[in-house]
Amino acid sequence: MSTQASWRALDRGPVIAGGTSRAFLTGTWRTERPVLDLERCIHCMLCWLYCPDSSIQARDGRVVGIDLDHCKGCGVCAAVCPPRAHAIVMVPEGQP
Amino acid sequence: MSVLAPTRRLGLTGNDAVALAWKQINPDVVAAYPITPSTQVVEKFSQYVADGVVQTQFVPVESEHSALSACVGAAACGARVMTATSSQGLALMHEILYIAAGLRLPIVMAVANRALSAPINIHGDHSDAMGSRDSGWLQLYAKDVQDAYDLTILAVRVAERARLPVMVGLDGFTLSHSLEVVDVYGDDAVRAFVGPGPDDHYHFLDSPEPITIGPLALPDSYMDFRRALAEAVARSAEIIAREAAAFREHFGRSLPVFVEPVAMEAARAAVVLMGSYAGVVEEAVLRWREAGRAVGLVRPVVFRPFPAEALRAALAGVEHVVVMERADTLSTLGGPLGVELRAALYGAVRRPVVTDVIFGLGGRELREEDLEQVGRLVEEAPGGVRYLGTGDGV
Repeated sequence: MSTQASWRALDRGPVIAGGTSRAFLTGTWRTERPVLDLERCIHCMLCWLYCPDSSIQARDGRVVGIDLDHCKGCGVCAAVCPPRAHAIVMVPEGQP
Repeated sequence: MSVLAPTRRLGLTGNDAVALAWKQINPDVVAAYPITPSTQVVEKFSQYVADGVVQTQFVPVESEHSALSACVGAAACGARVMTATSSQGLALMHEILYIAAGLRLPIVMAVANRALSAPINIHGDHSDAMGSRDSGWLQLYAKDVQDAYDLTILAVRVAERARLPVMVGLDGFTLSHSLEVVDVYGDDAVRAFVGPGPDDHYHFLDSPEPITIGPLALPDSYMDFRRALAEAVARSAEIIAREAAAFREHFGRSLPVFVEPVAMEAARAAVVLMGSYAGVVEEAVLRWREAGRAVGLVRPVVFRPFPAEALRAALAGVEHVVVMERADTLSTLGGPLGVELRAALYGAVRRPVVTDVIFGLGGRELREEDLEQVGRLVEEAPGGVRYLGTGDGV
């Protein structure tokens, strides 16, 4: 919806197609970014389970990456990552 | 009388009449919580459900907030939906009222109008529905039990064509619990009139084509939805007029639309009054007329959309108006009807003096001497706001 959209077209109330959240890039809200070290990852899937934004990408039961377009940088993945694996660390945005 | 509609005459209370109308309409879903004085609508209707004479899915919920929430969910799926409430129950629905209207869902609700706490009071006045007046719901007010029955049936077509929810108000106890003779139409005639149901299903449960109803709307679009809602309420006037004409055609009974004028020919003064006390005041007005006083009565049937044009037309040529109403805005400017009537008349070429009389709060009766005071006020046209029947005179 844009300011150009005429209110006349809105006679059925607010109804939109499903799945639009994919196009809504919440990753722009982030101040800290998770950095995943796949060498250290033991694929326990805790980060996948806890991520509130479904941003942990997995295939065949194995973590393959993080969807940074939708990750809000909450840090839950790093917090639940087992200490001995320590595969995810949070890094401030703007730092490599 | 239309061939389609053989009528029976039955003795019914207002609540019975609403429940009977629902039975004849056979809605898909009724979700409700009982509250005095609307309880019997749901009680009676749940009996129809238990007896299997309707196919309605009845949802007994734990509060009015849930009742209207369930109605919103069902209506969003394209179901034809009804509920009933009163007073604190309507107040508890307040949050969801706006959602029902904003989502443009054609829910029909019976409101057995009752006072609001505190102090707690179960008797009739219009404070409950007046608290909902800016929610986007259309509001119709019955004068008698026949009206409550007819307006319930009419409301279904109005709601579905305007894509707006509609409240039908019947005064608590005065109408909800009083037995009157009602002309009841045949079940087939009612079902033929209301038709098969809303035609614009949101296909909410269509998994190959999922939709989101009521998403977040930020400043770039929220106001456009509200603008569309305002337009829908304004446009509903045409729809109400058209559907009332269809009602007359179908059932052979005329419904007063917007306002019902009584003895307004060459009237120099008028009483404006909604709801059940119109009958009593009509008696008084006719007596005044016989005594040579040029006083008439104008009864608004529709409160939302506000019938500004109809009121201006009905009151053209009138110099004094007494608005009698059973709610207050506590703004020092009078009740909601008086405030809005004054606003509607402000642009008129000749503006009558409007005196706002608040009466009958919490079921206080209107006595003979109160009517005499109204007669005096309409003559003297003092303007301002008066409280009738509180012992301090007007």
